[in-house]
Amino acid sequence: MAGTSDIKELLTRNLRTSGIYIAFVFIILLFTILTGGKLLSPGNLTNLVLQYSYILILAIGMVLIIVAGHIDLSVGSVVALTGAVAAVVVIGNGLPWWAGVLAALGTGVLVGLWQGFWVAYVGIPAFIVTLAGMLIFRGMTMQVLGNVSLSPFPKQYQYISGGFLNGLLGGNGYDAFTLFLAAALVVVFAIQQYRGRLAKLKYKQQVEAFPLFWVKIIVVAAVILAFAWQLAHHRGLPVVLILLAGLVMIYGFISQRTIFGRHIYAMGGNLQAAKLSGVKTRRVNMWLFVHMGVLSAIAGIVYSARSNSAQPGAGNMFELDAIAAAFIGGAAVTGGVGKVHGAIIGGLIMAVMSNGMQIMGIDQSTQSVVRGVVLLVAVAFDVWNKKRSQTGA
Amino acid sequence: MTENILEMRSITKRFPGVIALKDVSLTVGEGEIHAICGENGAGKSTLMKVLSGVEPAGSYEGEIHYRGRPVSFSNINDSEAEGIVIIHQELALVPHLSIAENIFLGNEQARGGVISWHETNARAADLLARVGLKEKPVTPVGQLGVGKQQLVEIAKALSKNVSLLILDEPTAALNDDDSEHLLGLIRDLRDQGVTAIIISHKLGEIAAIADSTTIIRDGSTIETIDMRVPEEEKSTLVPRIIRGMVGRDIDNLYPERNATIGEEILRIEDWHVGHPTQPGRVVVDKASLDVRAGEVVGVAGLMGAGRTELAMSVFGRSYGRDISGRTYVHGKEVELRTVADAIDAGIAYVSEDRKQYGLNLIQDIRTNVTAAALKKIQTGAWLNGNEEIAVAERYRSSLNIKTPTVMATVGKLSGGNQQKVVLSKWLYTEPDLLILDEPTRGVDVGAKFEIYSIINELAEAGKAIIVISSELPEVMGLADRIYTLSAGRITGEVAAQDATQERLMELMTMERE
Repeated sequence: MAGTSDIKELLTRNLRTSGIYIAFVFIILLFTILTGGKLLSPGNLTNLVLQYSYILILAIGMVLIIVAGHIDLSVGSVVALTGAVAAVVVIGNGLPWWAGVLAALGTGVLVGLWQGFWVAYVGIPAFIVTLAGMLIFRGMTMQVLGNVSLSPFPKQYQYISGGFLNGLLGGNGYDAFTLFLAAALVVVFAIQQYRGRLAKLKYKQQVEAFPLFWVKIIVVAAVILAFAWQLAHHRGLPVVLILLAGLVMIYGFISQRTIFGRHIYAMGGNLQAAKLSGVKTRRVNMWLFVHMGVLSAIAGIVYSARSNSAQPGAGNMFELDAIAAAFIGGAAVTGGVGKVHGAIIGGLIMAVMSNGMQIMGIDQSTQSVVRGVVLLVAVAFDVWNKKRSQTGA
Repeated sequence: MTENILEMRSITKRFPGVIALKDVSLTVGEGEIHAICGENGAGKSTLMKVLSGVEPAGSYEGEIHYRGRPVSFSNINDSEAEGIVIIHQELALVPHLSIAENIFLGNEQARGGVISWHETNARAADLLARVGLKEKPVTPVGQLGVGKQQLVEIAKALSKNVSLLILDEPTAALNDDDSEHLLGLIRDLRDQGVTAIIISHKLGEIAAIADSTTIIRDGSTIETIDMRVPEEEKSTLVPRIIRGMVGRDIDNLYPERNATIGEEILRIEDWHVGHPTQPGRVVVDKASLDVRAGEVVGVAGLMGAGRTELAMSVFGRSYGRDISGRTYVHGKEVELRTVADAIDAGIAYVSEDRKQYGLNLIQDIRTNVTAAALKKIQTGAWLNGNEEIAVAERYRSSLNIKTPTVMATVGKLSGGNQQKVVLSKWLYTEPDLLILDEPTRGVDVGAKFEIYSIINELAEAGKAIIVISSELPEVMGLADRIYTLSAGRITGEVAAQDATQERLMELMTMERE
């Protein structure tokens, strides 16, 4: 079993996952050319992160929901409700910003418990439960807000999505802190990869050929450093980016390297077999929806902080963007397949496309058509890929 | 009978990286029953896919001659137009539609685009009479048992004016009565001029029904045996088939065991299980049984006797409602309320239906093996992925799972290898008691022997084992003691040395007094 694999084998074996990266790079290149380089300008990159962060946060939870064989249509309404609750606490009652954050997170937990209860213990399909939730939580948002917008939030609350870590270590027009953090990240990544490789060799597993291993690390390092360079150039490191990176790492680990995560995949792959393997499916479903509720609340906080207000119509159609991100990122409609980082890439593909088309001045209607086509093509690719691997047995 | 209805000449079929069929030839005479035998993965199914056009012409080398002229089918409609109909092991019926609707599905009896229900039902009734199924054409198929559904499939084939009927393991899911009826029907159809190709693992059945048998091993034809031999030579046929299938002699189908029987592991008393959806219906009635360390206990019963229901209700109440009775593990009374409780108590249950209840088919071997004991590969809060692979590797080599890597998707393995993956999963939980429900269903002779050997090793290592099987020779060959089950009641307990098929069958069919 021990041995090395070359790049061709790596690509063909992982076509399902590597295809999405190739598509991502292609779309970035395409829009960089179409926008005359504006896409990757420091100001726009910062904007891109801020503008789509809440969709990406939702996509993290949505992909896990989809892997378990469910769907969540209510997240847009939950974004609105949690933002509204935060606004009422902070703006309406004058309590400090963190009280608003806690109230929003608490609301997210309650929403998760409510939906989890119906899905896990009553056995209603998530499609129905969350369709009802979409209506219920939208209505509650309007009631909480008394059907008017609340604004503005205090500075500290706005900082959550509008803040930048800048100038902590000084720098001459370039934020040294951002660059330092990026460099540290690269070093940690390289060490972690190397240790992983050693462990794999110890267990006599296949690893990439050594040059390929280095190419991988250098490419990743170059992308991180270039990205950081552009950010440092502009306003520094957005707080939201740190939040997002933290969530991606945490949920990446939860999904791949914990028993809870494994149980989600087991249930999505074969529910009956999971039950007979001792998986407490009700508990897993319940927790899953609580996680989704909390992530929706975080997205709600970020969104309300960014728009500096809570509106009755906030978060409309967010659920569809999050679902699309998960499916473009390789999640299977039938459950059991999908990864957090895939959903993030899927979300970024959508983000780069929307952003690029906005810069180009393409109107909303055409944007909508293009995004729809991309979703369709992505899932069609997935289906084709599955057929290919089945007949090639 | 001199005409050959079908000649497949030098068929070679390649998949990326594998040659599934190497220069295979198959000749089937008009009006005969032709059996195809071979281990799982030998290429039987691929050969039938080539014949029926599922693998389209051009994707393989070689020629197919049907009724004396060369044919090339590019899909299943082409082959059906010639009267070649294949009935798969997994039946393709729609449970909510009626028998008649299923028979004419895709071939609706319509006038000007409007379905004529009168004609549909009338013709269906004729076909049902031909296959000997006493059901109304309007009955939903979902209400029929597997045996009757099989007959509906044959009726459907007859509606297409079948001249060559291919049956893939038709009796795998049937009890003895239903099998007998089905085989009788195939004989009748032969006498009416329908040629049949039958794929089966049940060699006794083949010996009884087939006119000739072709053996395939590792993608090549080994030989074609003429089964129409004088009575006194009949007994040589089955050993000859087995020899051809595995490439060696298997003298004793059931290997010897050298286990010492120790203390009691599990005892249930007055076990009572109600049907999960039909209140008042009793599925298991006051059953009591026990099993000891190092002992293999057989549970024999006909379909519907409550064998699986008994096992699953004990295994953390994963079946049934209103369960009552006492459970003792290692002599101490326990309550196993969930599957997790049962696993913690050292019980493992290997389901009869591995695809539906045993495996996550879209995942790899690695994740399936550890699925029931993830705690064992946990370091802190995290799972140790490398340790996991090492564990899976260990079972791959010790149970001889035939695949190059544990990262292979389970859905692509053969039946025998899939069964070994399920076994690995449960062995990794290190149980004291293994309940094996039909452990060799859909498994070929070679892999059967391996699974029997594994069972023996486990017993010798001091584990208690319950084997549930509908094949009496299997129960008798494996078990030290046999419980018989009839209509939810334990009707007898027979020591292996006193067991005869007749005695067991008598107990298994015992009516409620």
